[in-house]
Amino acid sequence: MAVAARKSKAPADPKAAAKAPKARAAKGQAERGAPAPSNVTPFSKEEDLHAYREMLLIRRFEEKAGQMYGMGLIGGFCHLYIGQEAVVIGMQMASKDGDQVITGYRDHGHMLACGMESRGVMAELTGRRGGYSRGKGGSMHMFSREKNFYGGHGIVGAQVSLGTGLAFADWYRDDKTVSMTYFGDGAANQGQVYESFNMAQLWKLPVVYVIENNRYAMGTSVSRASAQTDFSRRGLSFGIPGEQVDGMDVRAVREAATRAIEHARSGQGPYILEMQTYRYRGHSMSDPAKYRSKDEVQRMREEHDPIEQVRARLQREFKVGEDELKAIDAKVREIVNDAAEFATHDPEPDVSELYTDILLEPAQG
Amino acid sequence: MPIDILMPALSPTMEEGKLAKWLKKEGDSVKAGDVIAEIETDKATMEVEAVDEGILAKILVPDGSENVAVNTRIGVIAAEGEDVNAAASAGGESAKPAASDPKVAQSAPPAAVGEAPVVAAPAKAETGVGSAPAQAKAYDASSEFPAGAEIVSQTVREALRDAMAEEMRRDGDVFVMGEEVAEYQGAYKVTQGLLQEFGPKRVIDTPITEHGFAGIGVGAALSGLRPIVEFMTFNFAMQAIDQIINSAAKTLYMSGGQMGAPIVFRGPNGAAARVGAQHSHDYAAWYSNVPGLKVVMPYSASDAKGLLKSAIRDPNPVIFLENEIMYGKSFEVPKGDDFLIPIGKAKVVRQGTDVTIVSFGIGMTYALGAAEALAKEGIEAEVIDLRTIRPMDIDTVVASVQKTNRCVAVEEGFPQSGVTAEIGMKIMEAAFDYLDAPVVRVTGKDVPMPYAANLEKLALPNIGEVVAAAKSVCYR
Repeated sequence: MAVAARKSKAPADPKAAAKAPKARAAKGQAERGAPAPSNVTPFSKEEDLHAYREMLLIRRFEEKAGQMYGMGLIGGFCHLYIGQEAVVIGMQMASKDGDQVITGYRDHGHMLACGMESRGVMAELTGRRGGYSRGKGGSMHMFSREKNFYGGHGIVGAQVSLGTGLAFADWYRDDKTVSMTYFGDGAANQGQVYESFNMAQLWKLPVVYVIENNRYAMGTSVSRASAQTDFSRRGLSFGIPGEQVDGMDVRAVREAATRAIEHARSGQGPYILEMQTYRYRGHSMSDPAKYRSKDEVQRMREEHDPIEQVRARLQREFKVGEDELKAIDAKVREIVNDAAEFATHDPEPDVSELYTDILLEPAQG
Repeated sequence: MPIDILMPALSPTMEEGKLAKWLKKEGDSVKAGDVIAEIETDKATMEVEAVDEGILAKILVPDGSENVAVNTRIGVIAAEGEDVNAAASAGGESAKPAASDPKVAQSAPPAAVGEAPVVAAPAKAETGVGSAPAQAKAYDASSEFPAGAEIVSQTVREALRDAMAEEMRRDGDVFVMGEEVAEYQGAYKVTQGLLQEFGPKRVIDTPITEHGFAGIGVGAALSGLRPIVEFMTFNFAMQAIDQIINSAAKTLYMSGGQMGAPIVFRGPNGAAARVGAQHSHDYAAWYSNVPGLKVVMPYSASDAKGLLKSAIRDPNPVIFLENEIMYGKSFEVPKGDDFLIPIGKAKVVRQGTDVTIVSFGIGMTYALGAAEALAKEGIEAEVIDLRTIRPMDIDTVVASVQKTNRCVAVEEGFPQSGVTAEIGMKIMEAAFDYLDAPVVRVTGKDVPMPYAANLEKLALPNIGEVVAAAKSVCYR
């Protein structure tokens, strides 16, 4: 099916992109009237089209998931990634095959970005046998060894030590791959994060810590939970470099990611990227998000939407016509509708599955 | 194709709510993600977003309607280019078939959940009350020592070290990490010499951060390496228990069998001597409660070696509980790299006919001591070393109880929800009809471990208590 070939890298060499002149982008931003002028390296048309399509897939997938939750097809917890799409797509555009991805419970976007099938992800959300965990994991617990996606973890902060462990294995095998370890501004306050920072820098493990700062840890704003709200500085006492990135601009994400990944891959140890992003939806489906104003959300959507930025650029700078964009939209919608259809009608797991996958049989001899 | 807008649920338990307000009028064009209405329950207000773009063709449930059932059609969106009026009257030919039959959507998942326990009882179900007790078969441990192998006397400490060294020679993916395991040669010298043989990449001193390095170990295991994580004592593993249980034990299941964690967590567990409550806890019962873990607690040096080697080769997370007092005790151990003891098999270490005494780990010292004392009084106890707590080899215990008809279970851990409580229950399930007396347990006392020498002695089990318990079930 259509999504099978994804994890596609954007055509251009990210390294070259990182070194490209930066002045041009600032001009483009200024013309668009974006509030913060940036010096980010521009994308080629192909890169923008790639980013647009990938981000749109996440957006539409998540909207559909929200809708299916409302219909009672998805149970329990469901945390949507809407608004944050540029983070994982920009990171993946800078990564190489073999690099690992691990994240917390807001994980659907990461799975799609890693090239996991929409059908398998959606069917896991509905708890069906065609889901990635055969219906036994749910929204927060999906994995794909094939796509190097290591979950999907429901305990806030646990994935940071685990992701550092993936980097440990990379270091142990010396295979020049990198662990992309994602967590939120909330998890950034957990103790094990700093235990991991310490060991990662001590042993120079190839890990990029991606802090997705969407400004709210569930309902608590960053300023109410964090004594140091500049998360890029959270590794300073260990000597881990960090930077703040406009996480709503996929080009800025790709550029910073290229630097960070190169740092890790070349044996210099961990790197912290604070992605300044925003989630449009509540923490989970049952969160009416009373802790922030509607204006705040509306402003982010209108002025900073990661997908609209790319769409506008495609039209303005690359003269991509409405028809072509609509064709992409239609294709994405088709993938998502197909996934929803599959996830609705796929049977639940066989009852015998209750007692499988608890332990593996040891090899003989 | 027109698209239905359905009354959404805020949570799986919501059945109905109030349609507070429409934010769009009939005829308005909408885009996916636009907020088109607000709904309310007693708990919260929620926005309804358009799921597709088009024209809001028809509002079917007006502002302020109370008690609107979840999945009711509340409006219709006409797609671009569609005749708005026709769409509105035709009603949504929904893009998602389940929506047109809300009953299916809502009832399907809970139904299966309710049925599952009945339908899918484990193949090897506990023998229920009233079913005929089958004759259990005991595991035969007599041929565990390879024929002709040279037998040497070794301490438990040396046996554990040899087990790790042999497995590290055999498999380059095996490494040891923990506090003081490398340069210091192990806080209890269990890893003595490993750094010298295998180097600092495979014998890794960690900072004092149990939570962090346990998680790093699990992450490395998910990636396919085979870590041995040493805790200086299992008391400190409390800092790391989230990673052990939530990450190591559950990931295989949560991933539908894709990703397991082949990792060994090992170190001394339980009471040493005069170290107080925070350094004396026996965690056998805690870990034994968790599906997805194997829990091993050896007594002798040969079992320590053979079981640790099996644990390192096992593809699952294994909790390997040692004991500081046992480290220096010597036993006969067969030489040879292929000496393995299977996980999940108990061992009859003393044959007897009058009463079964079952224990594990350091508890075996009380069991064996009591058997000797009882023999002098003409009571022949059969003594079983469980060796593995999970999966528990209850068959070997039951086979013995079917012969002796009496059982005493012994452990150093606390009584409530302890391993001996589990043994007693399992015997009742599998061999109730064979019992001539209730199963009796001898455990650590239900108090935090005291420091004072006299109190500490009282808090732990002793041979006299086991003898008294055995006599009581023999009615002597």
